[in-house]
Amino acid sequence: MITVEHLTRTYGSHTAVDDVSFTARPGRVTGFLGPNGAGKSTTMRVLVGLTPATSGTATVHGVRFRDLPNPGREVGVLLDASAQHAGRTGREVLTIAQRTLGLPADRVDAMLERVSLTRTEADRRVRNYSLGMRQRLGIAVALIGEPASLVLDEPANGLDPAGIRWMRDLLREYADGGGTVLLSSHLLHEIEVVADDIVVIGGGRIVASGTKAELLAGSGTVVRTRDLAALGAALAAAGVEAHPLDGGYRVDADAEQVGRVALAAGVALSELRAADGAGLEEMFLELTAETQREGVAA
Amino acid sequence: MSTTTPTPVPTSTSAPGAHDAPSAARPAYPPIPFARVVSVELRKMFDTRSGLWLLASIGFLSLLATAAVIAFAPDSELTYETFASAVGIPMSVVLPVIAILSVTSEWSQRTGLATFTFVPQRGRVISAKLVCAVAVGVVSIAVAAAVGALGNLVGSAIAGVDATWDVSVTELGLIVLANVLGLLVGFMLGVLLRSSPAAIVAYFVYGFVLAGLTALLAASQPWFADLQPWVDFNFSQTSLYDGVPSAEQWAQLGTSGLLWLVLPLAVGLRMVVRSEVK
Repeated sequence: MITVEHLTRTYGSHTAVDDVSFTARPGRVTGFLGPNGAGKSTTMRVLVGLTPATSGTATVHGVRFRDLPNPGREVGVLLDASAQHAGRTGREVLTIAQRTLGLPADRVDAMLERVSLTRTEADRRVRNYSLGMRQRLGIAVALIGEPASLVLDEPANGLDPAGIRWMRDLLREYADGGGTVLLSSHLLHEIEVVADDIVVIGGGRIVASGTKAELLAGSGTVVRTRDLAALGAALAAAGVEAHPLDGGYRVDADAEQVGRVALAAGVALSELRAADGAGLEEMFLELTAETQREGVAA
Repeated sequence: MSTTTPTPVPTSTSAPGAHDAPSAARPAYPPIPFARVVSVELRKMFDTRSGLWLLASIGFLSLLATAAVIAFAPDSELTYETFASAVGIPMSVVLPVIAILSVTSEWSQRTGLATFTFVPQRGRVISAKLVCAVAVGVVSIAVAAAVGALGNLVGSAIAGVDATWDVSVTELGLIVLANVLGLLVGFMLGVLLRSSPAAIVAYFVYGFVLAGLTALLAASQPWFADLQPWVDFNFSQTSLYDGVPSAEQWAQLGTSGLLWLVLPLAVGLRMVVRSEVK
């Protein structure tokens, strides 16, 4: 269980994290979604005590991270897979973790096997690792203490498709075994396929949170037509909000209501359906549009 | 192995119920003992190629300095003091660098992210590093002193003269102290600056440029000449090489050390504890 309450972190006049509150529960994967620079990493760094909070609290199992007697046994953390001494071997990086946490020496080999790093790879220095191998090593370091919670910042970065699938299965199994997983990503698809709960952050603020089903349900209806102008006018007249898509709209109303509006306006539809996963993407883009560098480029 | 089910919930013999609700019944893990932090930090000083070579260089440079004395020093100069001074020079350069890197690598190599996540009490990590740096320093000086002693025996035998042992145990102890103080200045700069190149440059500016400047100032300004031993740490340390310091010289070491070592180290520690680790 990870609880973040009214967390704020400012840098001078810039507020990187602004009154953020959310909970990651045991047995569930909580996806922390937001564009780059939205405050995901800052929130996670505050959570594990690497960055002091300006105000608010973050606790793991009800305890502040820095007050945990042996934090590595309770929370597995991977914030940046590249943050390893380039001159150490992968095995040595794991050995340092194993010794610091006071674990039996055979955990090192067990973890290497767990993340599918071969003996030869483990004995190479980290500077020769690909980003994907660094991510695997970072996951091994996070898992070595058999913690009940995991905090992972963009763990899928640099992994190949098979690696991403492997990571996804690992996190799923972990949560199904009763663990708490907090996972950040700027890629909606990554979060969508693995998360049970989603927390969306933009510009340092939580802009949406809930179960994946709830967020998907809120994404409305997709409607397409050749006569965009007429449909748009009809929807506006009916007082429902319509967001342009290519060749249509995403409408904050159910399919039946949109159908009635179109029928009354005499507009022929080429498509009418409840918004699916793509709806969440539109929501994500929309919710974070103001803070995203590209604006509403999509 | 990736097909087996992981064990995310801590396996605790004392709290079997923890399997069902990890958040409700948290097993009590013992805190990490300080001795374990020290042993891990010591390991981290040796487990990279650069760390290993830096330590090995102490041995090589001592041998080189000893060989140079045997090859070039006139027979009358073949005394233990000559050998001790010769092996002391590389020590005074390499030891502070070792101390600096033991601290700054956490930032420049970004390992601090993991280190301070495993041990969030950063003061404990820095203290452990201090213990390791001093221990490595003392052992290195002992090794160098032994190499120098061996050189004295060999050199005297080659020259056909009796080996001269003109450095007392007390004097040797004072030399160890002087080298440890130099190492501590390096350590302080590492903590204060948290950047390998900045701290190394600062150490050499402090040790060589600043020492020259204060000597110049003292030569031209009588008021500073009186003040210098009390405020110039480089200068007050020279008394450690000239026999046993007087009570006044110890006091001067104390005041200048407070100014150049204790105060900046305290400021640096405060900054380390409060700073953000990225």
